[in-house]
Amino acid sequence: MRFFKLGIALILTVLVFFVLNTKLGSIPPMGKFLNPVSGVWQNDSEEIITGNLSIDGLLDVVTVHYDSILIPHIFAQNDSDLYRAQGYITAKHRLWQMEFQTFAAAGRLSEIIGEKALEYDQQQRRRGMIFGAENALIKMKEDPETYKFMEAYRDGVNSYINQLDTNDLPVEYKLLDYKPELWSSEKTALLLMYMTKMLAGGDSDLEYTNALHLFGKERFDLLFPDFYGELDPVIPEDTNWDFITTEITATPEHKIPRDSISETIDKPHPNNGSNNWAVAAEKSASGNAILANDPHLGLNLPSIWFVMQLQTPEHNAMGATLPGALGVISGFNNHISWGVTNATRDVLDWYKIEFKDASRQQYKYGNGWKNTRVRVENIKINGAETLQDSVIYTHYGPVTYDKNFKGNGEKIGYAMKWTGHIGGNNQLPFLQLNKAKTYEDYENALKNYTAPAQNFAFASTSGDVALWIQGLFPNKWKGQGKFLMDGSNPENEWQSFIPQQFNAHVKNPERGFISSANQHPVDETYPFYVFNDGYETYRNRVINDFFRNKEKISVEDFKSLQNNNFNLKASELLPNIFEHMDVTGLTSEEKEIYNQIKAWDFYSEIDQLAPSIWDLWWEKLYDQVWDEFENDDLALDTPFIYQTIYLLKNNPEDQFMDIVSTPETETAKDLFLITFKASAKELLDWKAKNGNYNWSEYKGTFTGHLLQALPAFSRFDIPIGGDYNTVNAASKNHGPSWRMIVEMSTPPRALGIYPGGQSGNPGSKYYDNFIDDWAAGNYHELLFMQDNTTNSQIMATQTLTPKQ
Amino acid sequence: MKNAINFIVTIIVALILSQFLPWWSIMVAGFVTALFFSLKRSAVFLVPFLAILLLWSVYCFWLSSGHDFIMAKKIAVLLPLDGNPYLLILVTGLIGGLAAGVAAILGKQCAVLIRN
Repeated sequence: MRFFKLGIALILTVLVFFVLNTKLGSIPPMGKFLNPVSGVWQNDSEEIITGNLSIDGLLDVVTVHYDSILIPHIFAQNDSDLYRAQGYITAKHRLWQMEFQTFAAAGRLSEIIGEKALEYDQQQRRRGMIFGAENALIKMKEDPETYKFMEAYRDGVNSYINQLDTNDLPVEYKLLDYKPELWSSEKTALLLMYMTKMLAGGDSDLEYTNALHLFGKERFDLLFPDFYGELDPVIPEDTNWDFITTEITATPEHKIPRDSISETIDKPHPNNGSNNWAVAAEKSASGNAILANDPHLGLNLPSIWFVMQLQTPEHNAMGATLPGALGVISGFNNHISWGVTNATRDVLDWYKIEFKDASRQQYKYGNGWKNTRVRVENIKINGAETLQDSVIYTHYGPVTYDKNFKGNGEKIGYAMKWTGHIGGNNQLPFLQLNKAKTYEDYENALKNYTAPAQNFAFASTSGDVALWIQGLFPNKWKGQGKFLMDGSNPENEWQSFIPQQFNAHVKNPERGFISSANQHPVDETYPFYVFNDGYETYRNRVINDFFRNKEKISVEDFKSLQNNNFNLKASELLPNIFEHMDVTGLTSEEKEIYNQIKAWDFYSEIDQLAPSIWDLWWEKLYDQVWDEFENDDLALDTPFIYQTIYLLKNNPEDQFMDIVSTPETETAKDLFLITFKASAKELLDWKAKNGNYNWSEYKGTFTGHLLQALPAFSRFDIPIGGDYNTVNAASKNHGPSWRMIVEMSTPPRALGIYPGGQSGNPGSKYYDNFIDDWAAGNYHELLFMQDNTTNSQIMATQTLTPKQ
Repeated sequence: MKNAINFIVTIIVALILSQFLPWWSIMVAGFVTALFFSLKRSAVFLVPFLAILLLWSVYCFWLSSGHDFIMAKKIAVLLPLDGNPYLLILVTGLIGGLAAGVAAILGKQCAVLIRN
């Protein structure tokens, strides 16, 4: 009996221990997670930002001042200490995020969150993300100085990781029950690949190929023109290109393969983009050049950006950093300021590969065969067996699609050729920008930058402004890479790259300002082949018109422009709708909604009803116009917004306006009415459930935690106006991820804000404390310290000393 | 009297062990205390249960109340406990108490076996 009782007690104890110590599904190990000594309760606190820390490998003392919004101002005696301290301090506030993003880049999320990430991970592997990072790292190592700083950064991160106790681990590790790995320079390369994929990892070649075969060339060209009528390109239209002495590649004999592809890999968010602009001294109200930047990215917590000041006796830079990369990415120093927007271009092409036989060891090339190589990707899965995926590589790049993955049979594959794979030292240009003093320094810094191609805006204390569209761009023949290419024909290769000095750029244009908003980089007179890569057509025109219509521009104007919610898109279509739509049959409820939108001034402000009506109506109208594109057997991309509106207005009776599923033949004005009625119904339903459909409530902008927007760590219903085509490009979960304005006085005065907070800890009051001000269009005056003496705006100081 | 001694000793042992051991230090505390301060019937479980319930609850409250319960409120959304940090404190205490109490039952059974 005694033994029986003992046995029961033992089993019970073991059971309780097991249940409380083990992660069960998505439930964290409750004993481990909730115990006050080392569990989540320990995260209900702020980071310690005072006192002394001794850090391995420092050469000299480093001082870190924190201002009232937790921006660290790092003062080091040399570059190596500076980047070591940057690594340490970034990890201190953002460790989980910086590691998670590199896991995402490398296709390793299944290791953390299990099988639900497998499809994503497999795509990342087949995209060659690690392959690209490895190639980048080779280039980085070729420059011993860059690599030395990357190692210092790495060691700084690791000094932080090594001193962590279990109770100090960021809450996400406790929740998912795992531990951080040590940082490596490859992880920095992976983070830059993460950005490259986000900003230059999209294309529509296979979708276009399908559309071309489905609709024919004439119809395709109508839907997807290379250029639109109204461009207002990044580089002003009157630019003289005579300095370009390289010719465009001659178009060879070639045929587009007749293949069709039913499913393609995920694309980056279509709204990834940005604004930047600068006015030169003569157009500035104060006489100082002014520069602004606001990258539009997914709205996540912890925020993608971390603001820092980085100073040594030789240089002093401040601005937004990317946790995991060195230096400031979008910012300023005492001499220059710079900001980046995405310069999307078709830098990703697909080649059809014909394997010799089922062994896939060789593929056809010219008159012979070339050898493949295999890269075995081991995808570890939390809670399941490791998946091995053998990815075949050709000289173009990875064969993403094949018999094992969304492909077309045993002997056929589709290989990706991408500038992201070529490798480049894209860390160095930012380190050089941080130190740049003149236009020439800026120009030199950009020379070797390859990807993701960016519009680098520049302004200086000398009053100059400039913009280089910088990246590695293949010199394509006209039409090259718009569709799938035959990989066995050597003539289809990228034959050369546009020489760097012939990349489009502008310095001190006559109009007194430069700007970019992801629109067409150049007009048709640029000698190299550029075609529509999904270019924006609204923000750019609002921005440029704003500058053209005002003689002198102030910082206040910059603020108001960054927060401008004028909906040019709506203003270009709605008057046409009001003119043609037959409203006689509307019910009284519908009529009320119709009158609401008819009275609209086209500003998408939070307290208005009309922007909600427009948003829904446009979505339905767009889908209805392109119902021909709903096809389960073919991957297709619908035409761009600008062309859709153009066709609605100019070709209202085009065959595409017809709704395929009805016997009648519809025209544009029928679609207006049908979609309006459907929208009205949905809005009334929404209203019955949620109250009035004010734009703010209806849109429901949110910033989601990186773990699939875990509600507890996310912020919902943020009151911000605009939509994805307004200058204030705030849509539901995407928008201005960092707003910066810098006036190039001596010293420069800067404003900045982003939708998050400096701390990565959801339990910190600095986790999301910028969001309300960001939504309201307010800014923080950034404290740009000129020397290492504390002042009233400094709330704490920490000293990092070399470990003896 | 024995109950009170067990109660206090459990808390002291748990506090000391928590400096070296992971979260299950409270199970060890419940077990060890039961070995030396044997209780009767339901007190075997209840006394260490209440001791750790108190220890963990007070500790959580002390950690979190000075910080406006920022994290506690979020974890109380996650679990989900209606965003109520006090409920989260209670749940934490109950979990700790349960683990300690069960380990104490084991300790008691071992003590009985050894003594005989």
